Amino acid sequence: MAIDPETRAQFIETLDRFVRERLRPAEARVAEEDAVPAEILAEMRDLGLYGLSIPEEYGGLGLAMSDEIEVMFTFCKTSPAFRSAFGTNVGIGAQGLIIDGTEDQKAKYLPKLATGELTSSFCLTEPDAGSDAASLKTSARRDGDAYVLNGTKRYITNAPTAGLFTVMARTDAANRGAGGISAFVVEAGTPGIRIGKPEKKMGQQGAKIADVIFEDARVPAENLIGGVEGKGFKTAMKVLDRGRLHISSVCVGVALRLLEDSIAYATDRKQFGQRIADFQLVQAMLADCRTEIYAAQCMVRDAAARFDAGETVSTDAACCKYFASEMVGRVADRAVQIFGGAGYVADYGIERFYRDVRIFRIYEGTSQIQQMVIARSLTR
Amino acid sequence: MKVLVPVKRVVDYNVKIRVKADNTGVDLANVKMSMNPFDEISVEEAIRLKEAGKATEVVVVSIGPAQAAETIRTALAMGADRGILIKTDEEVQPLAVAKLLKGVVDEEQPGLVIVGKQAIDDDSNQTGQMLSALLGWGQATFASKVVIGDGSAEVTREVDGGLETLSLKLPAIVTSDLRLNEPRYASLPNIMKAKKKPLAEKAPADYGVDIAPRLKTLKVEEPPKRSAGIKVPDVATLVEKLKTEAGVL
Repeated sequence: MAIDPETRAQFIETLDRFVRERLRPAEARVAEEDAVPAEILAEMRDLGLYGLSIPEEYGGLGLAMSDEIEVMFTFCKTSPAFRSAFGTNVGIGAQGLIIDGTEDQKAKYLPKLATGELTSSFCLTEPDAGSDAASLKTSARRDGDAYVLNGTKRYITNAPTAGLFTVMARTDAANRGAGGISAFVVEAGTPGIRIGKPEKKMGQQGAKIADVIFEDARVPAENLIGGVEGKGFKTAMKVLDRGRLHISSVCVGVALRLLEDSIAYATDRKQFGQRIADFQLVQAMLADCRTEIYAAQCMVRDAAARFDAGETVSTDAACCKYFASEMVGRVADRAVQIFGGAGYVADYGIERFYRDVRIFRIYEGTSQIQQMVIARSLTR
Repeated sequence: MKVLVPVKRVVDYNVKIRVKADNTGVDLANVKMSMNPFDEISVEEAIRLKEAGKATEVVVVSIGPAQAAETIRTALAMGADRGILIKTDEEVQPLAVAKLLKGVVDEEQPGLVIVGKQAIDDDSNQTGQMLSALLGWGQATFASKVVIGDGSAEVTREVDGGLETLSLKLPAIVTSDLRLNEPRYASLPNIMKAKKKPLAEKAPADYGVDIAPRLKTLKVEEPPKRSAGIKVPDVATLVEKLKTEAGVL
């Protein structure tokens, strides 16, 4: 559902305040403690953030993609770890159910995902199946009224807190390709599921990733997403398609913040008796940041509007994710340069953002995978 | 019990304000406006009273231009029930505001009016007190805690040197201070719901109030720029200068 401009403006203004008053002051603490404080999680639930993309009939806000990206542009002007806490419910953890789930599956799980009572995770990546996701080995063997899952999923965002997993597993052992894969919705309490130790990461402290290990985990047959075997890889790809626009908008949001901080520093810091913002070489860096952010923002807005209109935007979503994630990397690098020594020192938070944004070029499809997706669509 | 909360649209507290070149006032062109923070605290307190079952309805009223409706919508999104906009593009000074509010009180008959202790634009800190006088109701200003009893309220006030607790008969006026509560953020579902809540539009004439200013602003100036400090070589010199130059010892 699209909301009217006035309502959207009011919500975005509320979020802008929330980010400024509540999240920014907590950024250093979140990084230090490697956790988002419980009271902030509760406030994010109250704001309705967990249900942004979940349809209204299941208790969510059912925002159109055009609205979701605008919300993210504003919300992500802070540490990306905050977004990560509810991001899987908006994106990859819930979209499989929303796009391809049966009515019963949606009715059972989506309302709890919308309120944030349940956090969801998306289990596709494995130790030997990253970019080559179709080669995944986790198996789901039919046994009576259930499927028995075995295998290890790697780098699973929110795994330690998840109550629900969307799991891609091979139901057809004879089919080694994408057609042998099915998607399941699996409750975290299912016997036979173990969560590994959270990984130590380069950045985004406060956002947890860990292995999810399935050892003879019995999942009721009715939890097969869509009720049909062999459609799982297609589901995963549809999820990632939409997710690319979401991540692109996240990149724009973080870049806006980095530019804001860079401008504030450059207009305050004095060298050679004047503001460093008055030096043309610094101005060039600021101008390049603004230009590239604007370009990414326009791309995301265009693709989102066409997505809402029902167009297939797979290629353009890949273009957005590729450009926006590389863009925020360059913006973060320039921010460190503008801050100089202060950019390398932890107290200013710029080096933290520099580490935080590095993952955007990797997860939900590396830049190289995006290039392949784009090129393939041009040459087939 | 009905609670009435007046809200004022003011320059956002994050905006660095600029004085107009001709010194007649503050430059309001393209400046972000939002609800006076003390009024936001008042709205929050009223909603909490309703949530606690102490109040049955929260009515917000704003006096100002058409855009003040946005300020009312914000209060409705937080949880207030309905709004009244007394529309005027003229400057409305505290006495006129108090007279208009008296008109609203006469009509609405609230059991409690929670007013921000002051607005951050003119810092008058007069409206609540004047309203109390016009109505002949008790007042408790600078509240940091409000407890509603049976026909009475116990209000803790922040005063120089500590806290003072007053008991007053309802209906009454309370003016809210900074530490009364921490206002909530309006959720998107509540912002959507707020659009459907009633907002009545009135004019100062509806209350028979003459809002012509009684006070005239002569001049508005920027605060003086801080001049550079000096370094002193040792403690003895510092003490000497504090005594002779600063005159503080």
